[in-house]
Amino acid sequence: MAQVSAKKSTSTPKVTASDGNQAGDVAIQLIGVNKWYGEFHVLKDINLAIEQGERIVICGPSGSGKSTLIRCINRLEEHQAGQIIVDGNELTNDLKRIDEVRREVGMVFQHFNLFPHLTVLENCTLAPIWVRKMSKADAEAAAMKYLIRVKIPEQAKKYPGQLSGGQQQRVAIARSLCMNPRIMLFDEPTSALDPEMIKEVLEVMVDLAQSGMTMLCVTHEMGFARQVADRVIFMDQGQIIEQNSPAEFFSNPKSERTKLFLSQILH
Amino acid sequence: MTDLSSSHGWVRTEDAKTLPPPPNTTGLTGWALQNLFNSPLNTVLTILGAAFVAWIGWGVIDWALIRGVFTGESRDACVAVPDSGACWPYVWAKFHQFIYGFYPFDQRWRVNICFVVGALALATMAIPSLPYKKWNALFLLVIYPLMTFVLLTGGDLDLSVSTLLGIVGLLLLTALVIPPLAFGIEEGIRRNRLALAFAGVAIVIWLLSLFVSMPELVIFGSFVSISTLAIIGLLAMAAALSAAHEASSRDASARTALLSWIGACSAVIAVLLLVDTDFGLVPVETQQWGGLLVTLVVAVTGIVASLPLGILLALGRRSKMPVVRMFSVVFIEVWRGVPLITVLFMASIMLPLFMPEGVNFDKLLRALVGTALFSAAYMAETVRGGLQAIPKGQYEAAQALGLSYWKLMNLIVLPQALKIVIPGIVNSFISLFKDTTLVLIIGLFDVLGIVNASFNDPKWVSPQTGTTAYFVAALMFWVFCFGMSRYSIFMERRLATGHKRRGY
Repeated sequence: MAQVSAKKSTSTPKVTASDGNQAGDVAIQLIGVNKWYGEFHVLKDINLAIEQGERIVICGPSGSGKSTLIRCINRLEEHQAGQIIVDGNELTNDLKRIDEVRREVGMVFQHFNLFPHLTVLENCTLAPIWVRKMSKADAEAAAMKYLIRVKIPEQAKKYPGQLSGGQQQRVAIARSLCMNPRIMLFDEPTSALDPEMIKEVLEVMVDLAQSGMTMLCVTHEMGFARQVADRVIFMDQGQIIEQNSPAEFFSNPKSERTKLFLSQILH
Repeated sequence: MTDLSSSHGWVRTEDAKTLPPPPNTTGLTGWALQNLFNSPLNTVLTILGAAFVAWIGWGVIDWALIRGVFTGESRDACVAVPDSGACWPYVWAKFHQFIYGFYPFDQRWRVNICFVVGALALATMAIPSLPYKKWNALFLLVIYPLMTFVLLTGGDLDLSVSTLLGIVGLLLLTALVIPPLAFGIEEGIRRNRLALAFAGVAIVIWLLSLFVSMPELVIFGSFVSISTLAIIGLLAMAAALSAAHEASSRDASARTALLSWIGACSAVIAVLLLVDTDFGLVPVETQQWGGLLVTLVVAVTGIVASLPLGILLALGRRSKMPVVRMFSVVFIEVWRGVPLITVLFMASIMLPLFMPEGVNFDKLLRALVGTALFSAAYMAETVRGGLQAIPKGQYEAAQALGLSYWKLMNLIVLPQALKIVIPGIVNSFISLFKDTTLVLIIGLFDVLGIVNASFNDPKWVSPQTGTTAYFVAALMFWVFCFGMSRYSIFMERRLATGHKRRGY
């Protein structure tokens, strides 16, 4: 029954985006997206529209398909049915389209995935130089700007292996920002960090959210969700169960599964 | 006791003193005590080991230096001394042969230039602090091989007009590949239908011309059949059509593809002209090459060719495209499943039987191709091991940044993967270097072959000649292999900084 109610709230994406908005204001649109891993149905009929500048937090128990969902948005995973339209580009097998989308969509991973054979600065300038064809000097200037923004310009010449987890994740954020993305995806960015390092990464993310970046975060940091999210989406078993403003979501969850989930993580 | 346990709160008021380490844990004595004499059994083993090393070492010194004969004109010098050691006059007399084989005396300066230039270029490449690495690599991989080829063989291949036309035809045919590269396979084929049709007709005419004889015209003093002209004409039109697509396209990548095609074609033509030019050098048949020259030519060509080929095969084996994967798997398994001796026999004896009459490749060239492909198959598996060690997250991060497949491989995956497998790669290099001795069985004389042949010279037959000869051959191989091994250790340490918390 919960599935039906979830469908009601998500099946008409154009209405979810606030009325009067033109199509151009929709950053990401998912229409009837389905995905299977072999026989396993990971994403079930996902409908979602994300506006330009909207900040969204996706939460849910592990295995609920939330990581898979955001990995479909930059085609690290392929969806098998439905449409995903990012910035007006529909994701199909067309490699050029995929590259275009990936240039505009930054991603931060749970395990940072920095390139260990390159210095922090080289990690940040690699894609601007090779993908955006920027000159080395311009790319380095831009990279330093973002390293200052994530508060580690002094580590620019070090290798990732010489940094702490929190520092590495901040470098990873700077590396994504160097491509000037219009959308940022965060896949559990703080789950692999020690508690004291979570704060420094969250501060950077809050700063980014306040600058008006379109953000999609898979995270269990409910404080972060309360502080910056425009919308919180709760997923379970490959479907969107509930979505609401953070205030409503935390104080007045509608579905039983959401209540159970919240009771387990907010003690 | 009671007042101690009751006072939990305690603050250090002065720093603990820095004390020297206990005696005999540092320095040479400390090292020896910890590693050589730290138990009675180890002490006994150390003494036995040292005695063994001293025994062998003394044996060699005694034989080579103390009892060795250093001067003389013939075998008499070595036979005259009772219980003599190494027969060095024989080595002095034959040393040039060990290096050059039967390369003509008055032409050996050509070999020397190749050795010296190669050693210099390699040294400047190998020392990390020296600048201009890109130009150095370009010289070593493109200009140096051409230079060596012209110098050692004499150049002036005298390519026939039909060979040249054949190569030009093939080059024109490659133009058809650019539209798919620039616009994607389906789009590229769709745009370029007309050119593909032309090329198709050209290929049909070529197939027909194999069975039907065509009238011939005289061009530049040689006979060229009408069919050949038609083929070249059609291919030229096909190439022009394909090129026109890119030239007219606004897409920057299409124009880059076109420019790189033009660049590649001009490079091939430049190379053809270069090897076809008469520099006035006396031609030297590869039959006359020998000794260290052959060893180095076979080993270096094998090493230089096998690494890129091996990388491509390793990538192919992990490709998602079934045809590419199947090809790589079959290639690797076929070459790995055959002993090198068989490969060399096939190359030297079987291959000519399958060739059409009149077509004949040089025996050394065939051996080169054989060893290069053989070691490429081994290299592929070594590199694949490195590729498998790179975590999936590295691919994902690079893809998420928008890097294409080749950039992802070149910039992210291969630098890390190759670093991991340096020991394996150098292992392959060393074993390839030593496997060059097998070219002896197809009648080429490498260092070992020439050494083997030389000590049967009646002028130098003595009880010690053979031992001395093998000693020198072993020493020559050891110097090269040990050099490679040390350099690989040096590179491993140098490149390891990226992974370690603190570089060492």
